[in-house]
Amino acid sequence: MVSGKPRYLIFLGCVIPYRLSSYEISARRVLSALGVELVEMPEYNCCGFPIDPVNHDTAVLLAARNLCRAEMEQLNILTLCNGCFSSLHKVNKMLREDKEERERINEYLKILDMEFRGTIEVKHLVHVLSEDVGFKKIKDSIKRPLSMLRVAQHPGCHIIRPKKVVGKDDPENPRLLKDLIGLTGAKCISYRGENECCGNPIIGVNEDIPFKMAKEKLDHIIAAGAEALITVCPFCHIMFDLNQPRIERIFNVSIGLPTLHYTQLLGLAMGFQPQELALDELRVKPTALLRKVFKENSSQKSS
Amino acid sequence: MAESAQIIRAEEIDPKFKYVVSKMHGAEKVTLCFQCGTCTAECPVSRFSDLYKPKRIARMVQLGLKDKILRDKHLWLCTTCYTCVDHCPQDVEIANVVRVLRNISIQYTESMPLVYRELAENLMKTGFVYVIPESRIKRREELGLPPLPKTNPGEILKIFELTGLSSLIKGSQTFERVE
Ligand code: SF4
Ligand code: SF4
Repeated sequence: MVSGKPRYLIFLGCVIPYRLSSYEISARRVLSALGVELVEMPEYNCCGFPIDPVNHDTAVLLAARNLCRAEMEQLNILTLCNGCFSSLHKVNKMLREDKEERERINEYLKILDMEFRGTIEVKHLVHVLSEDVGFKKIKDSIKRPLSMLRVAQHPGCHIIRPKKVVGKDDPENPRLLKDLIGLTGAKCISYRGENECCGNPIIGVNEDIPFKMAKEKLDHIIAAGAEALITVCPFCHIMFDLNQPRIERIFNVSIGLPTLHYTQLLGLAMGFQPQELALDELRVKPTALLRKVFKENSSQKSS
Repeated sequence: MAESAQIIRAEEIDPKFKYVVSKMHGAEKVTLCFQCGTCTAECPVSRFSDLYKPKRIARMVQLGLKDKILRDKHLWLCTTCYTCVDHCPQDVEIANVVRVLRNISIQYTESMPLVYRELAENLMKTGFVYVIPESRIKRREELGLPPLPKTNPGEILKIFELTGLSSLIKGSQTFERVE
């Protein structure tokens, strides 16, 4: 690729436009400030992930259609969602490596006048930040170091597992998001079960188990002394932010742990204002956290 | 022990079932499972459910307990966290075996969880699994976001017809919860 400004097709998926504009707003802000050019992905459709349990071929074809669409634009895809990354990356890899499967799917794709050729890459936000923007550039962009904060990471499953499909991080000790958090100046503390699932994918058939899974995770995070949880997936975010009041009611506890999209944390450190990052849209209000950030920064300036 | 002893009758067994399953993409290695129990031990769902045990699912496939496993609604409790895939010493990819069983079970029992039928219907109609309200699409402008790209429902419908999913969802019964 020619060096210069990274250009990506932004793949928003379904859940972000449906109910999580805070992630999109903050992601567009920080990516643009870091020199990543985002092109709207024309005529995209669901990544296929949610329909895989119902019918695998449909899921593969939905993913393949998106990939072919991106091949026409000759641009790589950037996803904000772990599920979208998983589905598009997995199908991209499978169709590239498995000739028989590629021929079978291409036979199907003829009806859409499309052909999978395997000419583009699929990356999640964390990969674009670490591989294309680079740690140095992110570090240089920090105007308001968040060294007063102790936060915890929740990378989620599908950017770390299965290892043989994703391969970019260590699923037993995921570092990528942790290192990206570190660049903001915030301390990313360790806790038990950092690499575990949020439970959200089965919430439509059973609420009891995912809420127990999320509660267990929140317990470990609180026990380790984190003031906020940082996510990079809309599904995980919904589980810990939107559903947190329900978890509090079910288990009759008060948790009150602000859960931020990584792009909101980074945006704060880059000097954006809370409303520019849609921090007011969070269900669990980060009021105390913001007070701490702005108090310490203004006292640093005046001293 | 949570799993009570069960008597298996010979007529329940379909000796060909494991070959049917292992022909499907992702489930090729189900016959290699040697019942070490790593998957169940590390499965976060199994930690909170006495009725969802991936190791048991692999064994039921191997034994040919076709009707029993395909009617077992607990198949729908896997979150696809893929911990079992990473840790299986035989590389069985049990989460993918579960996905294959879900796919077959929908055809065999002609039923699926209500939530999946809704997602599939939305997808077939709009290209997204959720119906994004007009107000949300309009609000994007206020928020300073670019317009949401238009989908191509005609092409999505073609895909659904090609794979047979459009008629599958029409003919399907649904169930709401899996306890
Ligand atoms: S970890 Fe693999 S070999 Fe062991 S019981 Fe599970 S599927 Fe079978
Ligand atoms: S992928 Fe499914 S079966 Fe495997 S560990 Fe996760 S929840 Fe359990």
